[in-house]
Amino acid sequence: MSTTVTRPEESAVTAPAKSGRTSAGIRRALPAAGILVVIALIWEAVSHWFGVPDYVLPSLDSIWSTGISDWSGTLATATWVTTEEVFLGFLLSIVIALVIAFALHSSRVVRNAVYPLLIGSQAVPIVVIAPVLAIIFGYTITPKLIVVTLICFFPIVVNTIDGLASVDPELLRVMRTLDGNRWATLRRVEAPAALPSMFSGMRIAATYAPIGAVFGEYAGSQNGLGYVMIQAIPQLQTALVFAAIFILTAEAILLFIAVSVLERIICPWAREGKR
Amino acid sequence: MSGTPAAKGVPLEEDAHTGASVPGAPGRGPAPEAAGAGDTGTTGTGPAAPVASGTGLRLSGVARVFGQVVAVSGVDLEVPLHSRLSIVGPSGCGKSTLLALICGLDEPNEGTIDVLGATTSAERLRRCAWMPQRDLLLPWRDVLGNAALALENQGVRRRTARQRVAHLVERFGLAGFEEQLPHQLSGGMRQRVSFLRTLVAGKEVLLLDEPFGALDSITRADLQEWLRTALDAEPRTTVLVTHDVEEALLIGERVVVMSARPGRIVAQFDVHLPHAGSRRELIRHPEFTELRDEILSLLEAVT
Repeated sequence: MSTTVTRPEESAVTAPAKSGRTSAGIRRALPAAGILVVIALIWEAVSHWFGVPDYVLPSLDSIWSTGISDWSGTLATATWVTTEEVFLGFLLSIVIALVIAFALHSSRVVRNAVYPLLIGSQAVPIVVIAPVLAIIFGYTITPKLIVVTLICFFPIVVNTIDGLASVDPELLRVMRTLDGNRWATLRRVEAPAALPSMFSGMRIAATYAPIGAVFGEYAGSQNGLGYVMIQAIPQLQTALVFAAIFILTAEAILLFIAVSVLERIICPWAREGKR
Repeated sequence: MSGTPAAKGVPLEEDAHTGASVPGAPGRGPAPEAAGAGDTGTTGTGPAAPVASGTGLRLSGVARVFGQVVAVSGVDLEVPLHSRLSIVGPSGCGKSTLLALICGLDEPNEGTIDVLGATTSAERLRRCAWMPQRDLLLPWRDVLGNAALALENQGVRRRTARQRVAHLVERFGLAGFEEQLPHQLSGGMRQRVSFLRTLVAGKEVLLLDEPFGALDSITRADLQEWLRTALDAEPRTTVLVTHDVEEALLIGERVVVMSARPGRIVAQFDVHLPHAGSRRELIRHPEFTELRDEILSLLEAVT
């Protein structure tokens, strides 16, 4: 009886969500685009009409033309080098963060022992530690990966642990009556339940990753966007610096979006109620 | 008025003991006596018959204290194999605590709990399935996946487990919804999935803690009737906790009334209603209305 009763209600729930998803997406992106346009206009106005010299605040069009002209010479390879550091460092931090989070979740002793260390690791001044790493590992990719990981793993760990602990205690009791041992509970209940908060942590980490890569390159490198900036600043090539900054910004945004898309694919149920 | 319920609603002698003596002196006194009567008790009519083939659940002198609060105290209960017991009582009378104790999620401070011969909490957990008021479905698993959870926990491969529950889905009125996620279902359907998940665990004892409490009255009535027929078709030793007297009478073959703080058993009633009747017929049945009014007035006195 209820089969026929509930079916129309069910289809009514899913139908409107699918139609007009793209137009809704465009509408949501409109305010962001609007603000960007306003900022760009102010920028152009200041740099062109108020006589601000190009080495202090280059106009957007000069940044653009510098980006185009220097692309094949320096920026392309620099972007590639930095992207590699960002991407690999980000992946490494996810792996390390998940291992730490599960270890901390599974044992109170481990949590009490390791958590203070983790918090302490965030107080380490990266600016100071990066050159030391460069001395140890030379101008290789290793010190950059370490710096990126050091910055990125923490938000993922904290959020994942919170997610693992967020499961309704009554559900854990139900699992016990359904013959679920600790491993079954971790695998079938706690880990999936932690996914949305893990992705939240990854989104935060995604915005930190490019900064970490630049820090690493500042400490010692032979290529990369950070290296390009160090070379450009003493020569007052401010437009090139800004071009590099914009590329980094785009990278952070792309990484953020990639994480969000991944979340939608992996945990579609989580969007319910988050709308 | 406290003397009447036992005399009226309870034709079985073992219940007559517990029911009659507890309201008079709500202490420990009659406990061993009642348990003894249960052992030798001449089996009465219909549903109580399986007593001879073994006791399903037996609680004697069970007490549970949380800090300063006595949640339940001096509880003696017996549920014959494959029979259904309902527990009604005001909120805070320790009904839910009692279920947690029975299924081994908690240990009593005093007394013993015997579930088909199992007395330790780990063994009781293996024999009891517990269903709380909220459905607590896993939002990332579809209907089949949620229903198959216990089988997977028992080591059955995911695909095999799904296949094994697939044929049950239809009986639960969920055909066509196998691959839907919980948020796509109505409250009544979610509750049915939750009940299916509980049943699939294959436990001998079912413990239902206000399973329909969160539903609207129409859906609730629907599911009450459905649960009654489901349990008639496939009998399990069942304890239902509820604050809805009609629900208690519809599903239970015996109804236990508890008082609040500390939770004690005040009276027990045996329900003799025609098995075949529909919910609407049963609710109008004279014995039903009589029992309902009696329990309601008893509850008022107890609260």
